[in-house]
Amino acid sequence: MSRPLDLTIAIGGAAGQGIATPGNVLARIFARRGLHLYSYNAHQSIIRGGHILLMLRVGQTEVLSHGDRIDMLLCLNQDTMDRHLGLLGDGARALYNSDDIQPGEPAAGVHLCAMPVKQLTGDSKNKVIQNTLSLGVMMGLIRVDFDVLGKVLEQSLGKKGPEVVQENLSVARAGYDHAVSNFEPFPEPLPSGGKPLAVWAGNDAIAIGGAAAGVKFYAAYPMSPASGVLHWMAQNGRGLGIMVRQVEDEIGVANMTIGAAHTGVRAMCATSGGGFALMTEAVGAAAMMEVPCVFINVMRAGPSTGVPTKTEQGDLRQALGASQGDFERFIVAPLNALDAFNTMPELFNLVDRAQCPGILLSDLLISEGTFSVDPDRLNMHLEIDRGALIQDPSPNGDYHRYADTESGISPRVLPGHEGFVYTAATDEHDESGVLISDEFTNPFKRRQMVEKRARKFETVAQDVPAPKLEGAKKAEVTLVGFGSTYGVIKEAIARLAEHDVTANHLAIKWIVPFHVDAITAALAKAKKIVVVENNYTGQFAEYLRSQTGIAAHSHIRKYDGEPLTPRHIVHGVLDILSQETTVYVPTQEISV
Amino acid sequence: MSQATLEAKTVELPRKAASAKDFKGRVEPDWCPGCGDFGVLNALQRAVFELGLQPHQLMVVSGIGCSSNLPGYINANGMHTLHGRSLPFATGAKLANHELTVIATGGDGDGYGIGCGHFMHSARRNIDITYIVMDNQIYGLTTGQISPTSRLDMKTKSTPMGNLESPLNPLTSAIMAGATYVARGFSGDPKHLTELMKGAVKHKGFALIDVFSPCVTFNNDNDYPFFKARVKRLEDVGHDPSDWKSACERAMEWGDTLYTGLFFKTERPSLDGSEPVLQKGPGLARRPLGLTAEQAKSLKARMM
Repeated sequence: MSRPLDLTIAIGGAAGQGIATPGNVLARIFARRGLHLYSYNAHQSIIRGGHILLMLRVGQTEVLSHGDRIDMLLCLNQDTMDRHLGLLGDGARALYNSDDIQPGEPAAGVHLCAMPVKQLTGDSKNKVIQNTLSLGVMMGLIRVDFDVLGKVLEQSLGKKGPEVVQENLSVARAGYDHAVSNFEPFPEPLPSGGKPLAVWAGNDAIAIGGAAAGVKFYAAYPMSPASGVLHWMAQNGRGLGIMVRQVEDEIGVANMTIGAAHTGVRAMCATSGGGFALMTEAVGAAAMMEVPCVFINVMRAGPSTGVPTKTEQGDLRQALGASQGDFERFIVAPLNALDAFNTMPELFNLVDRAQCPGILLSDLLISEGTFSVDPDRLNMHLEIDRGALIQDPSPNGDYHRYADTESGISPRVLPGHEGFVYTAATDEHDESGVLISDEFTNPFKRRQMVEKRARKFETVAQDVPAPKLEGAKKAEVTLVGFGSTYGVIKEAIARLAEHDVTANHLAIKWIVPFHVDAITAALAKAKKIVVVENNYTGQFAEYLRSQTGIAAHSHIRKYDGEPLTPRHIVHGVLDILSQETTVYVPTQEISV
Repeated sequence: MSQATLEAKTVELPRKAASAKDFKGRVEPDWCPGCGDFGVLNALQRAVFELGLQPHQLMVVSGIGCSSNLPGYINANGMHTLHGRSLPFATGAKLANHELTVIATGGDGDGYGIGCGHFMHSARRNIDITYIVMDNQIYGLTTGQISPTSRLDMKTKSTPMGNLESPLNPLTSAIMAGATYVARGFSGDPKHLTELMKGAVKHKGFALIDVFSPCVTFNNDNDYPFFKARVKRLEDVGHDPSDWKSACERAMEWGDTLYTGLFFKTERPSLDGSEPVLQKGPGLARRPLGLTAEQAKSLKARMM
């Protein structure tokens, strides 16, 4: 029996060399074949030039990370060859344009696959034709029928006209034939998986989750790595009856979102840390006015402008402390793209029920990654619960919008109903909405309203599911992470078993509410707690300690802008076990 | 309660409010006696009454400042929001339910200082909102510092040796940014102001009314006598609001004569009027939530 498929294709080049297109073609081929996919694009904040490495990892079951091995590297420029050839191991293939690129000295067992591009593409004036040629070569190497590629090319290039299709087909064919006659293919042909899978980016998942949750208003100011949500909404919103607005700045975005939400729609906005900084005063406004709405922060490496195209989990404190004052907000860090999709309706139900803001923390790894997903696992009709919303009120003449109820939840009436007018204020107010901030401050009413808001949050927060310890009950090491590290930790744990290390996993998704009891119980018997996170100061470890009193034994922290790979965690755990290392900082193998 | 959708409600024909007093708020204003904002509030209550609106059809949105307390003093749906942010809130409200009449109110610091970016962009978008700025050329709630419309050399707590910065011109700024109804009123001339407000609310697009609304406590330069001696209605001198050049020239004048009235008016599609999502059906807030089976199917198909 052959080993299960675990193939990683990497395409390296400069921005502007058209890396995205072959990446998309490959993703489509694999997903249609029923193969699972996880891709990560290491890139820079540049439109032309720089260095990009797109890694596409394929398997027959769910792929948990982009991994740390390249089986087939397509070098679109000399730079890629120089940077990455040294990382290739036995059996890997390096494809390169032999007209322009000098191959380096490969490790034993690495196959250099020279492509004489000029000879094979004839007199094509198409500057990115070598990408099509390379796709043909790749299909030859992984032994996929040429027709599979042909069909995808026809489909993706169809709108450019028959001449373009024909040229690409013949060039791809030339590449395919060149590979078959000149190179040794991979020992196993690319298998087929189950039924065809869908492909999405994490930002698509967030946007589609929002649409499924009933979002009717989306506003944004463009900011990497959150712009994908805006692009999806702009492309699809109109057809779905969703108002999509690009606003002058994130302050306008956040306040417009709350204005729309107050008036009755489900509304959300997405940005990255810098934009979220501008939104934070509004987060408190939503809390004070008791307006349910969702803010999405797709984290990138900071502080300040930071590294716009690199990932980090550095905004946890920012989310916890967003806006002045003392108030409740939900904070959730989905574990992967599918989880982000499912979380959107869940979060909207929670904020609608508690009438307060919610913050979703994604990061570049999830949001800009491309993943396969089983279309049958996408429930587009998750329950919508708008909470205590009086749908069709009859006038009662004495409506108290902020009525102090037992649960703390004050039934809400949307603006526009006779007999139910009130002013929602960012100043402290009494049950009817009248200010108690200026002329007559009132300590008793102030206390009443603070406690009312806290109580309604507690009422609703009880329903948020607690995290569970995954893996072996007894383990030498318990790895704890939040958000996007879920997949890579899970994969690392499987690999640690090969090193005879038993590890289990506590993945935290809900930051607020934080399940202190469940987490304390889960960690009570842990022999060695290692917190894994993508930042320098250990924001999550500090939060864990502040909430539970539990101090991790050791930490694995990465803050160079690149995501963790399974190898980083495995090496970290082994180092911690043997050396008693307190903080292990993995070294990124290559500058990308 | 777990209602998945907001049911579209049968829209009743508007019953006219019985009197302007129907728009009296739950509490009395806490403005200083003699504050110009009283005149603005009265004019607004009269204007919406005379237009036949009912309180629940109206949404009044403000930022922060003395004048921004206005939503608390008028019986209508209200949002008393953050400093400088009335227009984004108001825009969100209008787009979420375009059946509401949306009026934003505030002061010169709120609108022309901290919120100036939103002012420019709201004008550019031509969103159907009436924006009433109670312009007293001073920061009152913070007890007397210069505002973006304070005159050069003005002495305040923050400029004890005199203001070095020239004032901003709200009217020409609004015209340049694309506002389609640009007027100036005086709280000491409430009848005139009421008519300007009625025109602004009826106008489909972004309407600015900059109102001379004297601060009797902190601005001794621009008090009632100052304005009374200078204010002149444009109607009395003959002005064509469709004449862009003349509108700008009149708006630039700042001397012995200060004009009030409708400076500029033009027709241009409003944002809510041209946004395709709003062209059919009730306000977004009254539409069913979530995806139809067909929409879900099509979204999935596009991902394959």
